[in-house]
Amino acid sequence: MTTKYTKDHEWVSVSGDIATCGITAYAAEQLGDVVFVELPNVGRIVSQGDEVAVVESVKAASDVYAPVSGEVVDVNEALAEAPEGVNEAAETTGWFTKLKLSDPAELDALMDRAAYDTYLAGL
Amino acid sequence: MSEDTSLKTTPLTGLWQGMGGRMVPFAGYLMPVQFREGVMKEHVWTRESCGLFDVSHMGPAFLKLNDASLTGDAAHAAIAALVETILPCDVEGLAPGQLRYTTLPNATGGVLDDLFVGRPKADADQGTLYFVVNAGCKEQDFAIIAAACAGKATLTRADDRALIAVQGPKAVDAIGNVGDGPKRLGFMEFMTVKGPYGEVVVSRSGYTGEDGFEVLIRAHKAEAFVRTLLATAHVKGIGLGARDSLRLEAGLCLYGHDLDETTSPIEAGLAWTIQKVRRERADFPGAVRILKELAEKPARKRVGLLPKDKAPAREGAEIRNLAGEKVGMVTSGGYGPTVGGPIAMGYVDLAFAAVGTELDLIVRDQPRRWVVAPLPFVPHNYHRKG
Repeated sequence: MTTKYTKDHEWVSVSGDIATCGITAYAAEQLGDVVFVELPNVGRIVSQGDEVAVVESVKAASDVYAPVSGEVVDVNEALAEAPEGVNEAAETTGWFTKLKLSDPAELDALMDRAAYDTYLAGL
Repeated sequence: MSEDTSLKTTPLTGLWQGMGGRMVPFAGYLMPVQFREGVMKEHVWTRESCGLFDVSHMGPAFLKLNDASLTGDAAHAAIAALVETILPCDVEGLAPGQLRYTTLPNATGGVLDDLFVGRPKADADQGTLYFVVNAGCKEQDFAIIAAACAGKATLTRADDRALIAVQGPKAVDAIGNVGDGPKRLGFMEFMTVKGPYGEVVVSRSGYTGEDGFEVLIRAHKAEAFVRTLLATAHVKGIGLGARDSLRLEAGLCLYGHDLDETTSPIEAGLAWTIQKVRRERADFPGAVRILKELAEKPARKRVGLLPKDKAPAREGAEIRNLAGEKVGMVTSGGYGPTVGGPIAMGYVDLAFAAVGTELDLIVRDQPRRWVVAPLPFVPHNYHRKG
């Protein structure tokens, strides 16, 4: 399983042709207490960079972008009832969507963990 | 990341940075929006214990009558007459030591700012008024006040001092640090205290719906005062993020959002800030519109809104009736940690302003069902003298 990161602080973890996507712990920390998550409908086709979900903190709403292109095959319904799950475990059980990859080559341009950590250090 | 050097700081900016405050630009100042615990915990802490807020960006000022021959009630009446040309509240009728919340209306009955005006308690201070105006309106307000009093009274800004709000059920314990007098203040009363932090102006007022105090203190004394309070177990520093969620739960207006140059005090539900004597005299800016709306009801009204589901609606969201017609707009929206869900305020056409009216708020192009709710969302917990 490979995990990659975007400059917009999404992570994508790939197993076979299924990519599990979420926001990074850094993003969750920056947002503060998450109070609402709006998830896409299963079956929606998204292109890399599309707004795929919305995450709302006490203060503001933020878009979450698709780190890769694909079809939404599953969403984390648990976040509807317990949006604080994003703060508690952003990079594991706080995942947002599972996408069926339509262009796996897109992953190559994303950052690995070391590159993302370097990117964070420069912010 | 370099910070914008054009931003102003307060006497407490360094302290907040050292405490891990997340600093953001607000009204031209570099201010802490939250600390490490985050908005939710800071909000709840203030409701249950005591939150300390740096509000030094706001605009405190003193207006003093030039004619020193007048004293006592005569001096107060003279200064009151000057500012009643620009304010719709009963300034003359203020008791010594009393503070009033009022608006600064424009000629067409819109609101240029909302502010506090107070009459000092001490005999020696009669003929002086204490003002606290909003940060973003300071220059405008001070110019209007000075112009209304030209040659007759002198405005002295006090925004080089620190203004610190101490809010919550345990604020009364914390305020003992400046002396015993402030504990005996009633809601919307203020006094000057001389003590370990020099001459300090303390009012029993705030912007959270809780009991609390606002303390105007010299810049060089501010950090010592704040550090002493923060060293006590029940006081924590709170950022502007929680200040906003607290005031929204309390149903209090934020200028530039819930109030602006187009909204009248009557539409905003602030008729109570215009006392009977001023309504009868009808001699303040915007009186024609304001009194007409008082008599005939305004075309729209500020209301509270609660959702049927869990999606927050933010400022600017359109409000539609169930027929899909636009009937208003959200002016403040967010999440209420004490309410435990999203809350919003907005203006709706009068026909849709009754509590219980179902409306659709448009969030990301989708209508979501909300209901008009009474304000405040969380009952006020102000101190009333028993």
